[in-house]
Amino acid sequence: MSVLFDIIASVGLWGAVLRIATPLIFGTLGALLCERAGVLNLGIEGIMTFGAMIGWLSVYHGADLWTGLVIAAITGGVFGLLHSGLTVTLGLSQHVAGLGVTLFASSFSYYVFRLIVPTAGTPPTIAPFQPIAIPGLSTLPFIGPAFFTQTAPTYLAILIALVLAYILFRTPLGLAIRMTGENPHAAEAQGVNPMKVRYGAVIAGSALMGMGGAFLTLSAFNSFFPTMVQGRGWICIALVVFASWRPGRALFGALLFAFFDAFQLRLQTAVDGVPYQIFLMTPYVLSIVALAVMARRARVPQALMQPYRRGER
Amino acid sequence: MIMRLERREHRPLYLMVLTPVLAVIAALALSGILIAIAGAPVLDAYWRILTGAFGSRLSATETLTRATPLMLTGLAAAVAFRARLWNIGAEGQFYLGAIAVAAASSKLLGDLPAPVLIPTLLLVGAAAGMALILIPLWLRLRFSVDEVVTSLLLNFIALLFVSMLIDGVLKDPLAFGWPQSQSVSDHAMLPKLVARSRLHIGFAIAIVLAIIVHLIQSRTVFGLQSRAAGLNPAGAVFAGVPLGRTLVKVACLSGGLAGLAGAIEVLGVKGYVTTDLSPGFGYAGIVVAMLANLNPLGVILAAIFTATMFVGADGMSRGLGIPTYIADVTVALSLLTMLIALFFTQYRIRR
Repeated sequence: MSVLFDIIASVGLWGAVLRIATPLIFGTLGALLCERAGVLNLGIEGIMTFGAMIGWLSVYHGADLWTGLVIAAITGGVFGLLHSGLTVTLGLSQHVAGLGVTLFASSFSYYVFRLIVPTAGTPPTIAPFQPIAIPGLSTLPFIGPAFFTQTAPTYLAILIALVLAYILFRTPLGLAIRMTGENPHAAEAQGVNPMKVRYGAVIAGSALMGMGGAFLTLSAFNSFFPTMVQGRGWICIALVVFASWRPGRALFGALLFAFFDAFQLRLQTAVDGVPYQIFLMTPYVLSIVALAVMARRARVPQALMQPYRRGER
Repeated sequence: MIMRLERREHRPLYLMVLTPVLAVIAALALSGILIAIAGAPVLDAYWRILTGAFGSRLSATETLTRATPLMLTGLAAAVAFRARLWNIGAEGQFYLGAIAVAAASSKLLGDLPAPVLIPTLLLVGAAAGMALILIPLWLRLRFSVDEVVTSLLLNFIALLFVSMLIDGVLKDPLAFGWPQSQSVSDHAMLPKLVARSRLHIGFAIAIVLAIIVHLIQSRTVFGLQSRAAGLNPAGAVFAGVPLGRTLVKVACLSGGLAGLAGAIEVLGVKGYVTTDLSPGFGYAGIVVAMLANLNPLGVILAAIFTATMFVGADGMSRGLGIPTYIADVTVALSLLTMLIALFFTQYRIRR
């Protein structure tokens, strides 16, 4: 038991929680925004992979870190445009189109990466974001080094969660987005163009996904390698359900999830005799459990996965 | 003059054949742009892919060997998608089928004579795949959890599980510390279809299964019920289709085919399991199924096309310095172009 206590009482664990949570916060908020407008975006895994690759590539070729992050967001938005074209304009199956976007975006990332770095081996590195100590707060004992000495994108992710919550529940735009996800016909009757709203939400949401991927190469690590996203996108999709499509709860869910992940990483080295794969499985098992527990209770946007065609019921 | 889209009552046969062909041409044209940007001659690259895949007896048998697991994972996706059961877990089911065969052969059944052993092992592999898909199905039926995400997440769990076994109880002590399962005994390996090649009878098994699945879907009550479950679940229930039971059967068929793919890959090609046994056969199976428009017989051709890209890209890559990932890009693009092409066959433009 003292082992467990030592882990939980360590500053390192709590510092890692925010670091692990950041890409999940970006990705979950992105998926949440798409789904609030009625579009399931399974392109997330590939969009995050592409964001990770293009963010790293931009910085590797001399762009500064923020430019890298912005480029990842823009390319994410372009994939969002592709996904909305398929699912909103053509009204294709959101499941299959999303998987197609993921397969395309990830294989395209690997293709571009191998074109630039032809040989396998140690991938080239960049100088990643450095932690910023928030004046005052970072000097607090324990809490300071754990929560207020993070890299800038982490603070940005938390800020975006708050902004998104505000937009969704306190502004006319948010109302239009939620209406489109619940009942696009009613939204149209109110003078909202459901097509435009869905395009906007999917493009903006996909941009957030791209930023989540870029965090991996620009802050969490300092290089890109294939399969580095490791199912984080799918975990984000599960977290959206866990969060009942609410940004505040998405933030909480991502942090809770990251806590378990950071905890199992440390437990791996502290406990002997248990295969490390058991620990690595826990994030995926937890996601499935979270889905099973929350799926019935969650209030799904009523028009999720239903294509909208004007004048058609 | 107003143009509008009108849903077609039924699709003529020529469109059914033409759609995937046009989709593939469009995908090849798009990835041709990527090849050109990389500075290689596009037509030469495609010519090298084609000759790399079918230019010699060896390469042709290699391509068909690669097509075998793709046919089975393609069938797995096709039967599930037809009933609108989104089984994206074929990758995990493939690995579970593979490791089940390695375990059963090295720990339990290795002493049986080949005519008994091989069919038993194939059934063991299929059963392992079925067991894995029943988890997301149960979660869907019991808790109404979307099976897409759960079956995707299970892929990661299954791969870690396999990694754990080949690092532990099933580890081959002779593999120099490399995580690799114990090999199946020689007499458990599938007979060759073509001498002095890797092509094994698994290829024939896959084709026979495609025909059987086609007959099941078109000629049996279960086939009708599974299609009804996909086309209109509420209507199917109203018409007296037992939805839950039908989905369980569909899931078992789908998971069983994916598990069998893993079993056949072990018994036909590798003889042992590593964590890179599948270069994404499960995911590519989704593309194969879509390119075939979920038609079991179409799966055969779609799998051969996909295998052609993968095998051919290896040789082309060595010659022209284009990353082999161009095959993955083309295959993924052909899924997207196929979706778009299918859309336009469902509708026609009316003035």
